[in-house]
Amino acid sequence: MALALQTFSTVKDANAALKAAGTRYLGGGTLVVRAANEGDVSVSSFVRSTEPALSTITVSGSEVRIGASVTMAAIARHPNLAALAHAARAVGGPAIRNMATVGGNLFAPAPYGDFTVALLALGATVGTDDGEVPIETFLAKRESNHAIVTSIGFSLPIDGGLRFLKVSRVKPKGVSVLSIAAVLKQAPDGAVSSAHIALGCMGDRPMRAKAAEKALLGRKLTSDGIAPALAVASDGTSPITDPIASAWYRNEVLPVHLGRLLLA
Amino acid sequence: MAKTPVQFTLNGAEKAEFIDSGATLLNALRDKIGDTSPKGGCHQGTCGACSVIIDGELRLSCLTLAETCNGAAITTTSGLSQGGVLHPLQRAFLDAFASQCGFCTPGMIMAAKVLLDRTPNPTRDEVVEALSGNICRCTGYEPIIQAVLTAARSNSQNAA
Repeated sequence: MALALQTFSTVKDANAALKAAGTRYLGGGTLVVRAANEGDVSVSSFVRSTEPALSTITVSGSEVRIGASVTMAAIARHPNLAALAHAARAVGGPAIRNMATVGGNLFAPAPYGDFTVALLALGATVGTDDGEVPIETFLAKRESNHAIVTSIGFSLPIDGGLRFLKVSRVKPKGVSVLSIAAVLKQAPDGAVSSAHIALGCMGDRPMRAKAAEKALLGRKLTSDGIAPALAVASDGTSPITDPIASAWYRNEVLPVHLGRLLLA
Repeated sequence: MAKTPVQFTLNGAEKAEFIDSGATLLNALRDKIGDTSPKGGCHQGTCGACSVIIDGELRLSCLTLAETCNGAAITTTSGLSQGGVLHPLQRAFLDAFASQCGFCTPGMIMAAKVLLDRTPNPTRDEVVEALSGNICRCTGYEPIIQAVLTAARSNSQNAA
């Protein structure tokens, strides 16, 4: 089914056009063109913006701002974003990574959206023309978002500060059984002083493992130290069931993989 | 449906067509321009059969709107042979029996071409990674991997 595409040089004009019923924003096309190809009749036209800021990566010290149209491939090869390269390469195959955008990934339904899991652990903010909101707030209400996402901002973790794991049945590219990202800070004695743990496929969108985060505080990253966190890793989760894995299976293996990530 | 003018370079030749607004590049190439080498497999971005090279990057023509390719340089497998002489990748696929039903072959060759253009002497792992977005249900992949490695060696010998 062919659909009209409107291209605007500014986000402001694209936002105005996006108000029309049935109009969807076109980023890399891996979600919305796919939906149209599958016969999603709620899509009647596409809008996109070519505003240069949408495709720009800015790194100032440890502060990073990524335009929403930046692709996974661009993130993976950026010399200052090595900490995120692993998470960016977890998305699709080479062709998908050349197309899929960081903005689009925020809207990817489970079992997709692995990069957003990393952004959630980083405590990123999501920018629109209306301002910035914490990513957790954005994800909770993403269906009701009607403003074009323009950028993602976050602070780079210190070396090794972002741990990321995508579990899939097919290597090197496969759909997620689950994905986990963790940003940990440790005191000089090795005890965890701060923990942000994000999970993919353990709900209909990426979520924080807050019980596990709390249980890790003050603990060392040893088998005994992380045991209380693993025991509560599934608290509050509501995993999806799909052809890749059942909800039961995802809950069963989550502590195993979280343990491997924390002890790595 | 409104028609939209689209102009790009396909395998080195200028192309200008009026296409349906919102048409995918895959449909434009196959139905309007007559290049049927990109195949429509899943139309979901999963199988890689529609892979083409746009401005040096591997992309999926089933998820790319043709209008977004204005001014771009597009390469498809149909443009690889020169004067009736097969491209080394095409030759290697034939010799290694890396093509059985043939449906995935054009996409595989596009993915392999991007790899060899950037990494003339790839490792086996690099070949596997480069082909990871392309599905083949016939060969079991090993003949395809060997074909790409053979083409890389052939290129290196020709360059020496």
